Amino acid sequence: MAVDPTLQAELQRQGVFVMPVEFLYNWSRKSSIWPLQFGTACCAIEMIAAAAARHDIARFGAEVFRASPRQADLMIVAGTVTKKMAPQVVRLYNQMPEPKYVIAMGACAISGGPFKEGYNVLKGIDRYIPVDIHIPGCPPRPEALLHGLMTLQEKIAKQHLKEAPWYDTCAPSEFPIPRYGAHDLEPPANRQLWQPPTETPRK
Amino acid sequence: MMPTVEQIRQLLAGEPGNASLRVEREELVAVATFLKTDPQLQFDFCSCVTAVDYIKQDCIEVVYTLYSVALKHGPLSLKVRAPRALEQCRVPSLTPLWRGCEFQEREAFDLFGVRFDGHPDLRRILMWDEFEDHPMRKDYVPPMDYEWEPTPHGETLARALAQGGTVPTSARESKK
Repeated sequence: MAVDPTLQAELQRQGVFVMPVEFLYNWSRKSSIWPLQFGTACCAIEMIAAAAARHDIARFGAEVFRASPRQADLMIVAGTVTKKMAPQVVRLYNQMPEPKYVIAMGACAISGGPFKEGYNVLKGIDRYIPVDIHIPGCPPRPEALLHGLMTLQEKIAKQHLKEAPWYDTCAPSEFPIPRYGAHDLEPPANRQLWQPPTETPRK
Repeated sequence: MMPTVEQIRQLLAGEPGNASLRVEREELVAVATFLKTDPQLQFDFCSCVTAVDYIKQDCIEVVYTLYSVALKHGPLSLKVRAPRALEQCRVPSLTPLWRGCEFQEREAFDLFGVRFDGHPDLRRILMWDEFEDHPMRKDYVPPMDYEWEPTPHGETLARALAQGGTVPTSARESKK
């Protein structure tokens, strides 16, 4: 329920803050995103730089890197995900409590990057878990990670309690963990989540 | 046949870094023991174990790179060849001699399929245990998981079309 902006401003001058519960809920969630402390490759170094003094991710309330997925809100997939590592990444995601978000940081986490044609690199983590924010770069600068974090904050601020997917009992919160096969991961992608891009004629 | 100290010295005196010694599989352990224990050679450090796939000559060559820290000479490449067929692709392990070979021999086994006889713990090291292929072999066929790319060309484009992959129309037209 929206409040009349003139009335709201008038009340604010008197020291009374009127806002929907949803705003307060989202504001507190977006101001304390706790990332999961894990990195898969060199992008993790940039993530560490973003957490250190010069870039200081604490300004966004996201400095509390948790060592346990059960205390984390955000998974920053920082770097190359090998096929050997992919089941563990999916398992960590499954162990995180809702609401949870995923940032795919860098070319490798998005698509496999320079290793796309390789035999042991997953061609994008979005084949197995849903990704909220993609940050391009090889590796992205800490500023790019902070921009990605701010974009995620905007996304959180726009979410509605009524339509929140984590209260939807039909929406999946866990995703199947791929098995190690004789030649490749089985299945090579979660088809409910990810479809190969279709042909788009160039103009 | 066993090399002499003089022969090894001549090899090391040649172009720096190019000294190489090819031996037969049967004499590998004897030659390696000689290189390590001879007081005038003392190759006490094996810095690298790798393999090369010579698919045309139907053999896989295992290369050990040796240095002597004590006498400050090297490198010397100790090479040994084995047939490509998986059952016969066996080489005696040098891990009992140089402990540092253990993981690198496991890597050569993982990626090239070379079995090292006498290795204490010959398992895959990079790929998962259930994996059956040896991806650095030249006849390795990667899994068919091609996907759309904005500008496929060359081999990638040929593979995409062969697998019925979707490629941009412009790329397909330029192929014709």
